[in-house]
Amino acid sequence: MKILIAGDGKVGAFLTRELSAAGYDITLIDSKQNVLESSIERYDVMAIRGNCASMDILQQAGVKDADLMIAATSADEINLLSCLTAHSMNRDIHTIARIRNPEYSDQIYRMRGRFGLSLAVNPEKQAAIEIEHLLKYPGFLKRDTFAKGRVEIVELRINGESKLKDVALNDLNTIAGCKVLVCIVLRKGQAIAPDGNFILREGDRIFVTAPTDNMTILLKNLGIITHKVKRVMICGGGRISFYLAYQLKKSGIKVQIIERNYERCVELTSKLPDVCVVHGDASSQSLLESEGIEECDALVTMTGMDEQNIIISLYGNGCGVPQVITKIAHLEHAQIIENLPLGSIISPKELCTNAIVRYVRAMHNQTGAAITVHGIADGHAEALEFLVEQTTRYCGVPLKDVQVKRNVLIAGISHKAKTEVPDGESTFDVGDTVIVVSSREEVIYQLNDIFE
Amino acid sequence: MNYKMVGRFLAQILAVEGIFMIPAAVISFVNGEIHAFQAFLWSLFAICLVVILLFLVCRDTKTRFYAKEGLVCVGISWIVLGLLGCLPFFLSGEIPKFLDALFEIVSGFTTTGASILPEVESMSKGLLYWRSFSHWLGGMGVLVFLLAIIPAGGRGSGYTMHILRAESPGPNVGKLVPKMKDTAKILYLIYVLLTVFNIIFLLAGKMPVFDAVCTAFGTAGTGGFGIRNDSIASYSPYLQNVCTVFMLLFGVNFSCYYLLLMRNFKNVFHDEELRMYLGVVLGSIALIVWNLRGFYGGLGETIRHAAFQVASIMTTTGFATTDFDLWPSFSKSILLSLMVIGACAGSTGGGLKCGRALLLLKSLRRNIRKVLHPQKVQIVRNNGQMVDEKVLENTNAYLAAYVVIILISFIVISLDGYSVTTNISAVFACFNNIGPGFDAVGPTCNFAGYSPLSKLILIADMLAGRLEIFPILILFSRSTWRHG
Repeated sequence: MKILIAGDGKVGAFLTRELSAAGYDITLIDSKQNVLESSIERYDVMAIRGNCASMDILQQAGVKDADLMIAATSADEINLLSCLTAHSMNRDIHTIARIRNPEYSDQIYRMRGRFGLSLAVNPEKQAAIEIEHLLKYPGFLKRDTFAKGRVEIVELRINGESKLKDVALNDLNTIAGCKVLVCIVLRKGQAIAPDGNFILREGDRIFVTAPTDNMTILLKNLGIITHKVKRVMICGGGRISFYLAYQLKKSGIKVQIIERNYERCVELTSKLPDVCVVHGDASSQSLLESEGIEECDALVTMTGMDEQNIIISLYGNGCGVPQVITKIAHLEHAQIIENLPLGSIISPKELCTNAIVRYVRAMHNQTGAAITVHGIADGHAEALEFLVEQTTRYCGVPLKDVQVKRNVLIAGISHKAKTEVPDGESTFDVGDTVIVVSSREEVIYQLNDIFE
Repeated sequence: MNYKMVGRFLAQILAVEGIFMIPAAVISFVNGEIHAFQAFLWSLFAICLVVILLFLVCRDTKTRFYAKEGLVCVGISWIVLGLLGCLPFFLSGEIPKFLDALFEIVSGFTTTGASILPEVESMSKGLLYWRSFSHWLGGMGVLVFLLAIIPAGGRGSGYTMHILRAESPGPNVGKLVPKMKDTAKILYLIYVLLTVFNIIFLLAGKMPVFDAVCTAFGTAGTGGFGIRNDSIASYSPYLQNVCTVFMLLFGVNFSCYYLLLMRNFKNVFHDEELRMYLGVVLGSIALIVWNLRGFYGGLGETIRHAAFQVASIMTTTGFATTDFDLWPSFSKSILLSLMVIGACAGSTGGGLKCGRALLLLKSLRRNIRKVLHPQKVQIVRNNGQMVDEKVLENTNAYLAAYVVIILISFIVISLDGYSVTTNISAVFACFNNIGPGFDAVGPTCNFAGYSPLSKLILIADMLAGRLEIFPILILFSRSTWRHG
């Protein structure tokens, strides 16, 4: 499949990495020579220098026989124009545009057809939804839901006091008091697909699958204290903060935003009347103290600088804030920050990329494509949800007799009304959904790919 | 430096060389040349041994691979290809000295066509085939061939770009399609198709099959090893004309053929490099024909010889239909100048490349204008598009390296006491991958008389010329091998 990616910024580069590894033919368009060169040197792609919204450049990039155009430049208007132009040059092309300005969201929704857009992604909004999700159910570092919200994969960290420290996975169900499954363990930056004898150690991050109903039991039995979030402090007043504050306010949570730029403060105040916007430098300790960081239930660091976010989060953690969420734009730091108590880590560009990759997968394979795809364990593994179809092999066969590839795990099966964490006796049938966790290099396009 | 990755690459390249040596061994066997067949078997055994050793040592490796590794990979591979590729000549005893055998095969792989053999007709068929085939393999590049067949790597497979850049001639190497594997496949497909056409046209002129295949290999790689003592002179005028046309075709940038296949005729006809190439060819032919009036029997014959020699020298092939060393000096001077210019970038030919010459002329013109009108903003355009300053800088650096290396080589080989014409044309002929020069290394003579030191220098020149200097030069730089 031929894909054009316009805009070789953070999202563009991330997409290039993911999609070129999946074996697609990628042509990059950007106006800066040096970023293109660094991409060409790292990935097996072609690059065209120029304005991605001009017909001439799109022609050169081969829009006529491309299947998908992804516009991810920093300007919404250029993204829209590129998609519009590409669509008018090739009626069959699918287009995805990154649209970030909240003021456009309504008209994008209504005029999608006229813009020729197949999908509009908004990384900041997605990040805000993700954060809201975490704040509403505290206790986990990351939550991904499957099967219409009935199954979840959550991330937990094994710290010094954890009940799970030095426990073998075989004994996990007794401690948890319900049936759960550890699908991936992230230890020292490496993803491990564990077996029953695997012993959890301090510092591990584990990804656990369980039906949503069991999550509360799990939290209680593991001794993770959860309390309802009533007061949230957000450092930095960017777009994510705006979306987040708007959403949180609707659920009646008290929100405080600290922003350095006075004009932005005024703008936020005018758009969010019930939110307390404070003008000041969020990295100043005295300001955080005077704004009452210690009484907050959650601290969300959303400034434009990763380093600043890390420092504020560390400080918040030191002050005893129960839940900390940190935005990290450059996930290349993932290994460095691995062992810092930064709470949940949110990367808008990763979320955005996931959404696009999901779309590409679905396009690639119209039938049998994954319903949902979530990158977990810092991108070392993927959790995918598939619908069992007539063509799926091993329907009705107990899992203990099914040959599944190495580093692939069936993490959940959702029958019509009930969901379960499977064991050797479980089976799946046509119409069920199956959740698969894979830490393999190659891409899993359909359910049959997981069998030997 | 990721030595293991380089080692693994080397093993794969040698495996390719080994596989391509098998047909030559079979030809020797069929023709009953026992000593040559044995030499091939021993060479294959040696190659297998090296490949297995390298694979064992470099089994587990990280795929960290950057520009430096790419350049080193290409440089070392070509040297090792030569060292193992010359074994059949040496082991069979047909070229008794190892250095001579090395000179011959490096001349083959670099598509130079300079020979140390006083006469080739007595050589075994298998060895003759291997000699000509080395042109074909070296013409488009062994590593590019490898890129076409190895499975596309996963993450970070952009490193393949460094290899294409290092091995393909030209100032501005790019891909034709997004995937390197597909680009390499397209290049080889065009190459194979043109070669097959060449063979068909030669066979139509009643050339024996073995001669046709070997001549086509020599033409395709713009190499120039003939299988007769007098190169192409004893073949019919039709066959000579076929060679002229195909030499010129192989001297064209291969991306032009890709554009033609894509039915993008406009860009091909407006390509400045192609226009310059054809212009220089036609102009040189006209001048030489004028200069040679009365030298041959008729105008037709004069044009045939002039066109053949111009095509042969310009595309850096090095075939000959006549002893052009006997031509008047004006014609010889034109040929000497053509040696420097060379074929188009992205073709199988060598030399400075038309594209690079064009850029140099344009930036010279800009500099002159800049002196006259300092405030005016001036850029260099190629095919209507602005040329990046970095490309111009690289081109200038290339010219400097080119001149320096030629001068040093010229001075060193002058120790052997040949005439100035001989020495300068020998260096030009080797560095630009042409083959024959003038005087004592003219089309009827050979390089056997040079001392071992001069031969080594010329071998290095051939490699540096084929790989565009830097992959070879970097091997001698201390910072390449130092950690960090």
